Amino acid sequence: MAQTTAGNLLELRSVRQAFRKAGGGEHVVLDDVDLTLREGEIVGLLGRSGSGKSTMLRIVAGLARPSGGTANYRGQPLNGPTAGIAMVFQSFALFPWLTILENVELGLEAQGVPADERRKRALAAIDLIGLDGFESAYPKEVSGGMRQRVGFARALVVQPQILLMDEPFSALDVLTAETLRTDLLDLWVEGRMPIKSILMVTHNIEEAVQLCDRILIFSSNPGRVAHEMRVDLKHPRDRLDPAFRELVDEIYDLMTRRPGHRAGRAEAMPVATIGTPLPRISTNLLAGMIEEVAAAPYNGRAEISVLAEDLAYEIDDIFPVIETLQLLRFAELPEGEVVLTEAARRFADAEVDDRKRLFAEHLRHLPLAAHILRVLDERANHRAPFSRFKEELEDHMTEDYAERTLRAVIDWGRYAELFAYSEEDAALTIEDAA
Amino acid sequence: MSRTPRSVGSLAGPRFVPNKWDVIAFPLIFGLLVVLGLTARQMAEPLSAVTAAPISLDPAALPGYALRTTLRMLAALACSLLFTFTIATWAAKSRRAEKVIVPVLDILQSVPILGYISFTVVFFMSLFPGSALGAECAAVFAIFTSQAWNMAFSFYQSLKTLPRDLVEVSRGFRLTAWQRFWTLEVPFGMPGLVWNMMMSMSGGWFFVVASESISVGDTTLALPGVGSYVAAAIAQRDLGAVAWAILAMLVVILLYDQLLFRPLVAWSEKFRVELTPSQTKSESWVLDLVARSRLLNTALGPIGDTLAVVAKLPWRLQRGRPPAPSALMAEGGWIDRIWDVILVVLAAAAAWQVALFIATEIDLGELGAVLMKGFATLARVVVLIALATVVWVPAGVWIGLRPAWAEKVQPVAQFMAAFPANLVFPVAVVAIVHWKLDPDIWLAPLMILGTQWYILFNVIAGVAVFPTDLREAAAHFQLGGWTWWRKVMLPGIFPYYVTGAITASGGSWNAAIVAEVASWGDDKLTAYGLGAYIAEATDAGDFPRIVLGIAVMSIFVILFNRLLWRPLLNFAERRLRLD
Repeated sequence: MAQTTAGNLLELRSVRQAFRKAGGGEHVVLDDVDLTLREGEIVGLLGRSGSGKSTMLRIVAGLARPSGGTANYRGQPLNGPTAGIAMVFQSFALFPWLTILENVELGLEAQGVPADERRKRALAAIDLIGLDGFESAYPKEVSGGMRQRVGFARALVVQPQILLMDEPFSALDVLTAETLRTDLLDLWVEGRMPIKSILMVTHNIEEAVQLCDRILIFSSNPGRVAHEMRVDLKHPRDRLDPAFRELVDEIYDLMTRRPGHRAGRAEAMPVATIGTPLPRISTNLLAGMIEEVAAAPYNGRAEISVLAEDLAYEIDDIFPVIETLQLLRFAELPEGEVVLTEAARRFADAEVDDRKRLFAEHLRHLPLAAHILRVLDERANHRAPFSRFKEELEDHMTEDYAERTLRAVIDWGRYAELFAYSEEDAALTIEDAA
Repeated sequence: MSRTPRSVGSLAGPRFVPNKWDVIAFPLIFGLLVVLGLTARQMAEPLSAVTAAPISLDPAALPGYALRTTLRMLAALACSLLFTFTIATWAAKSRRAEKVIVPVLDILQSVPILGYISFTVVFFMSLFPGSALGAECAAVFAIFTSQAWNMAFSFYQSLKTLPRDLVEVSRGFRLTAWQRFWTLEVPFGMPGLVWNMMMSMSGGWFFVVASESISVGDTTLALPGVGSYVAAAIAQRDLGAVAWAILAMLVVILLYDQLLFRPLVAWSEKFRVELTPSQTKSESWVLDLVARSRLLNTALGPIGDTLAVVAKLPWRLQRGRPPAPSALMAEGGWIDRIWDVILVVLAAAAAWQVALFIATEIDLGELGAVLMKGFATLARVVVLIALATVVWVPAGVWIGLRPAWAEKVQPVAQFMAAFPANLVFPVAVVAIVHWKLDPDIWLAPLMILGTQWYILFNVIAGVAVFPTDLREAAAHFQLGGWTWWRKVMLPGIFPYYVTGAITASGGSWNAAIVAEVASWGDDKLTAYGLGAYIAEATDAGDFPRIVLGIAVMSIFVILFNRLLWRPLLNFAERRLRLD
């Protein structure tokens, strides 16, 4: 087939995706993203949740249409789902009322393939992916790993050129995920799958380095490609290989950097505003992280990649925690490291009441918490409805984020005994006034 | 690849050898076919033949009548399914249709069903003049109205909550709308649909019985069936015949339950989306029979296969359009606004017409009187639900805590809920006449006779799923007496209780129309209430008054639901969920 650019299966140029917000204005998910997929490569989209990488994958799958930019598959504009692109889902997305064989046959039915051939091809895919003997089972009867194998067989049976994978291993336990990854990689390296190229979304750095030839690292709010990185290690890749580790460290380093800051110098304290979205991290987890880093072997200073591996955390687990510590001025994050502040060291050694006092002191510095306290103070009855703050936050972020951010501050405010919240009448009150 | 998977279909077996299940299955199936064929032919008879043959009170005639009644039920079920698959799907797929259909269904759910009968009888009789078919249609339509709305609602809600990932798979693989409907949408909606079908059965039996023998002004309907049999028994003061009718109905419902609904429920379990095997499994011997009988498999297999092939046909109406960018979908263009205006104008015009129609006969004074009657009926409903609560909540908890009991009582309670209570009315009326009791008070319990069971079996179900660890914790801390009820059990079962009470109160409003007026031979008892008002207006064929009565009752029901039940349900959802 003639192609405009030889070997380029897929070309996305200046893709932009924005959602209209309830109160007017736009919420930009993806901004000015370029992506090229060539034959014979595995490309990983790596980023935090909310960086738009899944949206990106859905645009390629034809499930979403970008609000700006162009998307071409084999030189033709991409208008909706096409036969050459198939996707594997994080949640497996199997039909519980269809047997495994019927699930695999699904894509062929849509193409109107005759029943006999359907059966033959489905069985071949099932055989390839190692599902023999499970054909007549229903998805709920088999384990998670087997279910995802069905997901792979279902995608492969339509003989796509491009295989899309949306965090395909993240719903599986560590060992199962590893087995599945290795099996997939074997099939890929041996060229036994009909596909020409794989595009995958992940938030697991090691997984990306293990599988991909090229990794695009996304930054959040709005989603952009912040870095691109080639991985030239030969398959099978050894996780303990120093070159492998170095790459992993480098990516952690890149991901802790904020866009606009140049590498090479420790970042100044980031300035949070009222409109900074906050993750809902429990105070127990924050305290636990402080204790972990304060204790040996870290003694107050840890490489994020080492810490993450130690705790078996993925980036979506660890970054929100350490960044919250940073916002609360319990930690600094210079180049891929987390360093506890003096206050955090005191916190680690303190008793319950002292901890609460210390935490309250730091929470007052968080602009949103300070704002809530000020509003409650000014009101005669020292109470204000939840919705008052939520609506205010919705000027800065989506409704979901506003809800989550406010809930997070309420959790912390309750622990610090700064303000109280009553679910019954959905109102915040000043703690000592209650 | 030379292997075929085991038991992809049990048809894959090389030879056909009948097994022991076939011995049972064969006569059952063919017997059923013969009877159905014979009865259906009678139903299209000219009306004169029907009226010429008066209802016989001979118990030997009852099986035939019962079969007629059952066939009406089945026909209505088929119509309801068709309605559900078309209208609900339309509502879910078209934003404009949705704006009309959803509120209309919501109101229709609350309109007392017996109210429709008066209109539909006249309508269908004029549609098929001189044929019993018109009367049959009216009866079937009455049952249809008791199930179609909430079935459609359930399916609509399923369509609106399709799992996102499965939708994406269907789109990603480019299933056609037809394939998607049968592969994703219908299976996903199935458990809710079957459950709603079962819940509306009670209403269905109630109204099939009520609609077989009804007179609207000069138009009198007496279709051969259990309902007409009872009506004849009442007219002739034959208590023995009433007893026979009750017995026949018990058998019919039992068979219906065993042959149709148990298998349906057990089968629909397969379509539940949760990917973990559930602890409770519904079982059905009929379903097992079908699955195990090789004969049935051979006979039904080709039908199933054909249906499967049809469902998989890649019919495509138009070339797959690219999905609209859901992100920036224009909220309400000018076409939508015009549509809104048209709807408002139409609604206003309709309301005006109805008001004019009512005003031809009725002045404000009567309107006030009707409202007062509404409050009288409201008072009855409230008191009865409260009484049923006081009796059945403790009883349900007691039973629910004893699994062995619950297992036995639960089917009985469900069965009682499905039984048309109006068959039992004559017995109560005889008692009231005999002891000269006040009908204003003593007719009222009839309203809740059939519907109280919803409270009982929902409470039992609630206790059954109450987490064992919470019960153990309560026992461990020696919570007892009132504290145990207030802090442990009542909050735990509250959502279930509300569900049951909503159904019970809805059913009671409906029953008011038949329960507030009762007769035994020439003795006629009337209670002061809205139900009696509607019943009398229907009897007289007085359409303005029927419309007014129905409208007022609908408003009462809707307000009752909005102001009491919905807030309670929201509260239960928000605060008392056990997960």
